Amino acid sequence: MRQKNAILTENLTKRYGDLLAVDHISFQVNEGEIFGFLGPNGSGKTSTIRMLVGLSQPEEGRASVLGYQLPAEISRAKRYVGVVPDVSNLYDELSAQGNLLFMARLYGVPRGEQRSRADRLLKDFGLYERKDDRFGTFSRGMKRALTIAAALIHEPRLLFLDEPTTGLDAAAARSLRGLISRLREKGLTIFLTTHYLEEADLLCDRIAILVQGRIVRIDTPAGLKRLVQTESLIEFSFRGDISALAGDLCSRLGEAEAALLEESRVRIYGGDSPQIFDAVLQFSRDNGIGIEAACTIRPSLEDAFLRIAGLSPLVMGTEKGGGKGKGKGG
Amino acid sequence: MWQEQLGGIYHIALKDMKTYYLKPPAISWGMVFPLAWTLAFYLRSPVDFAELVPGLLAMTMLFSTTAAEAVVINFELRLGTLERLLLAPVSITSVLLGKVLGGFLFGLLMTAIVAAASIFYLGLHPDILGLALIAVPSLMVFSSMGALFSVSVKEVFEAQTLLNLPRFFMVFLCGVVYPVSALPEGLQLLARLLPLTYTVQGLQASFFPVADAVFLQAFFMLLIFLILFLLPAIRLLHRRFR
Repeated sequence: MRQKNAILTENLTKRYGDLLAVDHISFQVNEGEIFGFLGPNGSGKTSTIRMLVGLSQPEEGRASVLGYQLPAEISRAKRYVGVVPDVSNLYDELSAQGNLLFMARLYGVPRGEQRSRADRLLKDFGLYERKDDRFGTFSRGMKRALTIAAALIHEPRLLFLDEPTTGLDAAAARSLRGLISRLREKGLTIFLTTHYLEEADLLCDRIAILVQGRIVRIDTPAGLKRLVQTESLIEFSFRGDISALAGDLCSRLGEAEAALLEESRVRIYGGDSPQIFDAVLQFSRDNGIGIEAACTIRPSLEDAFLRIAGLSPLVMGTEKGGGKGKGKGG
Repeated sequence: MWQEQLGGIYHIALKDMKTYYLKPPAISWGMVFPLAWTLAFYLRSPVDFAELVPGLLAMTMLFSTTAAEAVVINFELRLGTLERLLLAPVSITSVLLGKVLGGFLFGLLMTAIVAAASIFYLGLHPDILGLALIAVPSLMVFSSMGALFSVSVKEVFEAQTLLNLPRFFMVFLCGVVYPVSALPEGLQLLARLLPLTYTVQGLQASFFPVADAVFLQAFFMLLIFLILFLLPAIRLLHRRFR
């Protein structure tokens, strides 16, 4: 049976002056699935979401959300769409319950249901005891939870989640992932952007990888991982900093590609394993930097992403806020 | 659809009253400043004070509506809460009208308090319908003016600073304290280009009966100013989300 489209885009394009932020992207999201949108900063994820939720207008292309054509029918679509932006943007001066009630009124939730829905969401998100406290007094995790609750007050059919776990501690992030899974079980379609590849692997039915405004691949997490599973993947740890010598190493690897994970750690994709070991040993001898460890590893979604997007893992580290900001990929 | 938009305008206005207007800074700026100003004139000349009441009410309208209006939109753009409003099935125009209505309602409340106190204390007998017919468009004009300044600049403080110039300019030129007719001819012409002149003119006509034409001129000029401020404000806000 053909699944209905929750989102359908054809050649959707957005420019900011000379910058082509979204470059003729086409994709569809099926009803009831969690669709991941992965890409580094500036790849066009948020620009795409902004067009799909009516905060900006495309220069070219077409899009429909829940069957409503954009931008002409955006007001109708908004009734059934919930959005959790990357920043928790409720009103600091209003209480948790006050914020939810205000959103319920804006979305036209029947008067008799407003308070019961707000209270139910506050209980679901563990915030009921603090329902009278101002949003401004909440911790980051609580603010995130209430922002998601606010996006659900009108019982949407489609939920956009932009970086939902960014900035949360591990426990809060795990709890939120559990909640996202439960929302999917209720039949909600979820459009998720995240920098955390493990999160996408865990939650998403399908993932689109976006690079410089273009979708370079759409597949299931397993399908993406299969792309790199047939290749050899070897990781070497050296006894010293090899970042300045990465070019030399790459030149010795033939068809294989290297990605610098840390100053002294490198991951090599593809190629013939014995030849790679020989080349790396020779590199080690020539430069006087010993090898501490070498191991073959099982490819993760991150490896698939890096291979497809052609990014250095150090760049991804920076995206997550944990990297060193520079590095050279293979 | 239109019911949805009207509902959005109403709820945004009420929320703004709660979160921005009914707070000490807005109340003090909107009411204390005109009262202190008027008190100074009262102490100087208590006998003629009744003549100052239209000017006092006009100032209250101007300062109370623009007290927070000039910063509210930029403040919310910066916090991202304005985008949150636009994610709901509410149009950009409705969001701006909601903001303008918030300033209007606060101005109406402040003006009603000052008007009631002045009328009872001085035993005045204004034409209440005339008063309302001038107050409503005036409050909308000044609230729209605040919104226009707010969407014209990017920083919160810029709007407030920029708005001070016409605000104080108008207090001196528009007949609040000195009659426009007593000003040099050039300044009289300038006064005719400022909305507060017509608010004062209309209020004076409500308190001290004059020819109907004076009142009607004030009323229609205020409607023109409302269009002149409101339409560009809506257009500029649309441009931010193009």
